Amino acid sequence: MKRFFGFVKKEFMHIFRDVRTLIILFGIPAAQILIFGYAVRTDIKNAGIAVLDQSKDEISTGLVSRLESSEFFILKENLVSGDHIDRAFKKGDIKAVLIFENGFGKRLLSEGSARIEIIADGSEPNVANLVTSYTRAIINDYMTDLNKVEAGSFIAVEPEVKMYYNPNLESQYMFVPGVMTIILVLICALMTSVAITREKEFGTMEVLLVSPLKPLQIILGKVTPYFILSLIDVIVVLFLSWLVFDIPIKGSLVLLMLESMLYIMLGLSLGIMISTLSKTMQQAIFISLLGLMLPTIILSGFIFPVEYMPWIYRVLSPVIPPRWFIIIVKDIMIKGTGFTFVWKETLILIFMTLVFIIISTMTFKKRLE
Amino acid sequence: MINEKVIEVKDLVKKFGSFVANDNLTFDVYRGEIFGFLGANGAGKTTTLRILSGLSKPTSGDVRVAGFDIYRHAERVKRHIGYMCQKFSLYEDLTVAENIMLYGGIYGLPKKLIEGKTTELLESMDFTAYRKRIIGDLPLGMRQKLAFAVAILHDPDIVFLDEPTGGVDPITRRQFWEMIYKASADGITVFVTTHYMDEAEYCDRVSIMSEGRIVDIDSPAGLKDKYRCATVQDVFVKIARPSNNKTG
Repeated sequence: MKRFFGFVKKEFMHIFRDVRTLIILFGIPAAQILIFGYAVRTDIKNAGIAVLDQSKDEISTGLVSRLESSEFFILKENLVSGDHIDRAFKKGDIKAVLIFENGFGKRLLSEGSARIEIIADGSEPNVANLVTSYTRAIINDYMTDLNKVEAGSFIAVEPEVKMYYNPNLESQYMFVPGVMTIILVLICALMTSVAITREKEFGTMEVLLVSPLKPLQIILGKVTPYFILSLIDVIVVLFLSWLVFDIPIKGSLVLLMLESMLYIMLGLSLGIMISTLSKTMQQAIFISLLGLMLPTIILSGFIFPVEYMPWIYRVLSPVIPPRWFIIIVKDIMIKGTGFTFVWKETLILIFMTLVFIIISTMTFKKRLE
Repeated sequence: MINEKVIEVKDLVKKFGSFVANDNLTFDVYRGEIFGFLGANGAGKTTTLRILSGLSKPTSGDVRVAGFDIYRHAERVKRHIGYMCQKFSLYEDLTVAENIMLYGGIYGLPKKLIEGKTTELLESMDFTAYRKRIIGDLPLGMRQKLAFAVAILHDPDIVFLDEPTGGVDPITRRQFWEMIYKASADGITVFVTTHYMDEAEYCDRVSIMSEGRIVDIDSPAGLKDKYRCATVQDVFVKIARPSNNKTG
């Protein structure tokens, strides 16, 4: 056991002496969380709007205050004339302008319909889309309420769309599982496969194999530091997403950590398998990056829903371990479900881990003989 | 103690598919001997060395190393041998002392003992100033000498050296061989493969391999006598030539 710990200590020394390794281990996870968190936003919060109310009646002011009281919009400016719209946009703090036509309220009551113009800032197409659809939803909502009070007038009610688990369609909720999944598989498989092939390339592996250390001890010794550091990564990712983006963990943290440990072990055994198959570090990097990163991003359902992909992708997707881990993390973190809902995915991950370990041992033994 | 066999090889065969890398090798190596294992590239000497050091399993044959059967007591064999290969075998990102501590620890030596040995070893090599230097910063010759010192740190019965002086300058090679002599004088058997025929002259006995077979084993003087050559190099050229010239 003492021999083993000495060996693990040496592996930690390798990691902490190499700045690049440290960056990959801790810099990339943090950066990914922040980049995805800020850049890939599909929700809006406190978007600035301006209103040009040419009617100023009960209904229009009511609607404006309804918009304002939602957490999505902040009323930045009350415009007095259409000439000011351009200037308001150019200031840059508003995303849309709402224009109520003259006699808006009166017309609505007498004719059953009236015009609201929504002008959005098209230079940010995504945001513009979101702002207009959110505004429409709030207007519809408001009209429905009006219908209840003002009997006799009729305004068509659109079907109500409700989002479960992520009522505000907050995108951060969805990216955390994805980022975790990608980072873990990358760090575990890439780093371990490189660490092991490095020993092969430098000739130290032979010296270790000649020594009284058993092959299993060597592999475990190489892998243990990465297990610990990956677990720290999970904590960093969860903590950052909670601290910066207010993303809570609805389900059991213990269960989430246990599942993460399983997934880390899967990544590590994948890394070991890659290292038994490759002779050089370059090969290992090549296989890990090309073989893991792209499929993880594309086929795991992280960015693109698998259901809408061509059949070949749909067939391949279940073979990709991240596909199952994403489901587990989403279920536990966002839906707050327990083990009874993710046991199937867990079993699949365990099965895959075993397969990787068996393949690794087989190729390893074959090499010895 | 003289003529005590530390390596006994009988009818050793190693096949890779249909290719026979080692064809019925039989030889013994005695305690404290410097045994040179010569052969052209591809003659099969690395294969034998890997089998003797436990990195590879023979296809058939009896092999005993340090008194233990390599099939049944592979783990015990490992405790009694040291190994150093041409590819560098110390960790470049660790310091000299850390490397020694690591390998000593792997062989189960107590920390105190390793520290004592480190000081002793660095003093004898005049390397005391380099104790805390990263291996990667040291010149190749120095590293190879350290690697050898580390390979015999745990006082093995046998140390296997696979082309240990490849790419090393002549002066360092001479110093390296002085270390080998000292180890041999201390009772460590040295099993060394090499391409340098002047090094073969330093060995107590040499074996010359060709195409998977041992062509002859004798002392350098005996071989020169037998084949009427001035140097081992000439002997080597005379008898180690493959029977048919392969192209490419």
